[in-house]
Amino acid sequence: MSTAATPRTAPVYALVGNPNCGKSTLFNALTGLKQKVGNYPGVTVERKVGTAYTQHGQPLTLIDLPGAYSLAARSPDEAVTRDVLLGRRADTPMPDRIVCIADATNLERNLYLVHQILDLGRPVVLVLNMMDLAAQAGLQIRAARLEHELGIPVIPCEAANNKGLIELKLALSRHDLPLPRHAWDVPAALAPAVSELQASLIAADAKAPLVARAEALLLLTDPDPLRVTGSTPLSANTTRILESWKTRWTADATDWSGTLVSARYDAIGKLVAQIVVQPEGAEDGHAARASRSTLELSDKIDAVATHPVWGWVIFAAIMATMFFSIFTLAGIPMGWIEALMAAVSGLVDHVIPQGAFHSLVIDGAIAGVEGVIIFLPQILILFLFIGFLESTGYMARAAFIMDRVMSKVGLNGKSFIPLLSSYACAIPGVMAARTIEEPKDRLVTILVAPFMSCSARLPVYLLLIAALVSANEVPVGTQVGLMLLMYALGTGGAFFFAWLFKKTLLRGAPPLMIMELPPYRLPRFRDVLIQMWERGFIFVKRAGTVILALSIVLWFLANYPKPPEGAAAAPNQPIVEAVSPGPDAPRAEPAAAPSAVTAEDPLAYSLAGRAGRLLEPLIAPLGFDWRIGIGLIQSFAAREVFNSSMSVIFSVQESDDEAATRAQLRDAIRAAERPDGSKLFTPLVCLNLMIFYVFAMQCISTLAVVKRETGGWKWALFQLVYMTGTAWLVCFVVYQAGRALGF
Amino acid sequence: MTLAQLAVGASATIRAYPQAGPAFTRLREMGLLPGTKVTLVRTAPLGDPIEIQVRGYRLSLRKSEAALVEIAE
Repeated sequence: MSTAATPRTAPVYALVGNPNCGKSTLFNALTGLKQKVGNYPGVTVERKVGTAYTQHGQPLTLIDLPGAYSLAARSPDEAVTRDVLLGRRADTPMPDRIVCIADATNLERNLYLVHQILDLGRPVVLVLNMMDLAAQAGLQIRAARLEHELGIPVIPCEAANNKGLIELKLALSRHDLPLPRHAWDVPAALAPAVSELQASLIAADAKAPLVARAEALLLLTDPDPLRVTGSTPLSANTTRILESWKTRWTADATDWSGTLVSARYDAIGKLVAQIVVQPEGAEDGHAARASRSTLELSDKIDAVATHPVWGWVIFAAIMATMFFSIFTLAGIPMGWIEALMAAVSGLVDHVIPQGAFHSLVIDGAIAGVEGVIIFLPQILILFLFIGFLESTGYMARAAFIMDRVMSKVGLNGKSFIPLLSSYACAIPGVMAARTIEEPKDRLVTILVAPFMSCSARLPVYLLLIAALVSANEVPVGTQVGLMLLMYALGTGGAFFFAWLFKKTLLRGAPPLMIMELPPYRLPRFRDVLIQMWERGFIFVKRAGTVILALSIVLWFLANYPKPPEGAAAAPNQPIVEAVSPGPDAPRAEPAAAPSAVTAEDPLAYSLAGRAGRLLEPLIAPLGFDWRIGIGLIQSFAAREVFNSSMSVIFSVQESDDEAATRAQLRDAIRAAERPDGSKLFTPLVCLNLMIFYVFAMQCISTLAVVKRETGGWKWALFQLVYMTGTAWLVCFVVYQAGRALGF
Repeated sequence: MTLAQLAVGASATIRAYPQAGPAFTRLREMGLLPGTKVTLVRTAPLGDPIEIQVRGYRLSLRKSEAALVEIAE
């Protein structure tokens, strides 16, 4: 937490509001870049804390709680908001004061959460945001009247234009913030239950009287409470009382939850009738009838953006732009990063004398750092797009359009963008799954995302396609056809497993697709950039350390132990014996040399090389030998490392001419033979290897991000096992069937 | 008649829907209560989900849920 930097006396404010009410904009406006982003322990919910300064320079700590529609939480994000406000989280003390933000253009529904929070009896400041848009819509809002009715400061505000911030800061620095004057009629049928639960919450759960009453009301609103890690459970006594009331009501068919929600909306309705003056000509008395002008503009846009034909055209155009930006545009800064790291390596090369340490720094540490920051351009570009799509309101439309398609495999429309992004790189894709509220849908999306063929697989596919075709120039049709086949296999695998997981392992409540379609708004560049920066920072800080550590482990595996000096040929013998069926397996021609050459290589002698040999019995049924095994192991650093790994194993001299190097590598693997003189890379093996790369989880960086996004190693390891298991199974079937058919 | 059967552009009043289930608790809290007026604004390009106007804002929900919401025109 950032409170360490501020005096202990700085009051802690919680910022609460509905999604789309401008809460992030307000938080950014109040705190600037003085923010700390982390995670609530045990849940993948973002914890944002910032410091704001009053007009007199006094620091205030602000906790930006996740957006919520109600304290009856339906997602982990909302559950954290609920638990912090009710003092249920040991890791976050109950905030001293609460700032509620309500969208003035949609006051009635926004006041529902405010109303629940006023129950808590804590000091509250209510911000009416987007007053300019409300005025445009012809709504006149009597803030002073609302202040009088609720007994708390009510601050009209336009966070996007920095209006009302001074008034808000003045209110925040008041020492004498009044408690809300908040009385509403709890339905008579429920009143005894509320009292009994309140008494128990005070006695058995050590809650303050008003907080206990608010919690009692919440328990009676939410028939299916969502528990998350870190949330203190109810005492046995309170649970018993709650259950006995529920049993009684079930018996006499009392709709307790519905009664309570209706009573609350009735109270809100009366309030809104007094404070919102409808525009001239509003045909009925219903409060907050419409924020007309913004809705009219939104409707005009949506008439096209969700049109049966144009909707798809626009959707496809936006998605294609986003995808190719990640895929190609990111290549430019990635080139800079590579050049920069090459320069650093060059510098280090001069400074540190040749030897093990030299190699550790250049091939281990610097390569590891490069392996981390090389992902940044893709992550930043994706989150730039996501930020724009979210702040304009199009994100909800994309989910609206795609929901039907994604529902076929049990997901909802919000899974589409994470999966699409994964075609460029699974790392930003997995991170983008944060936009999915439903925890099981988020997990399923993360689990299947790496099946999408990412850009790191491309060089491997291209090498294998080149080796597979006998001609020197690969016919375009063959190349495109095989590439499409690989993309289709990965996509099919992702959808199959999404469907399977939703049917079995992660079967949950029926999918919830109750989503607000906020009016279109102009994007807030500052907010988008801050979010983009945070994503990049989180990646480097949380996943980067793991990736760096694993890169160094991989470097060690590929370099140790060193072959004994002057005994280059020695390790060769056991290897060949282990590989060949007999000591004198027939050799058609002396060109079986490649295998002899490689065995002298330090790589073959290293732990990675030995692991490749250990792996051979396991991968032999797929048509792979130990040399391919080494490539598979080294691919964990990044899949395209397979190519350089093959270059080392088959002793391809790297030259400055990339095309020539590629052709050499192709020729070398075409020429590679098994100990019995047969070709190693037959067309069937090449195809099978490509299929293996489609399905197998071979990327420590993705695993590190999955670990971070799912809150532990459990799901990351599950993903490693099930994806690689699938790869093995599919390749086994393909190879054995192919052999049986005579390929 | 249910919300799923409402024609695009038509309005109706909510009568009742199931008491149980997280989806319906949320729908109630989003302001869809017996007596609330709703208007079907449009359906998604593939026919599902639907977009409704309720209490001055726009909400989308799937037809599977809408089919359990009883309405009166």
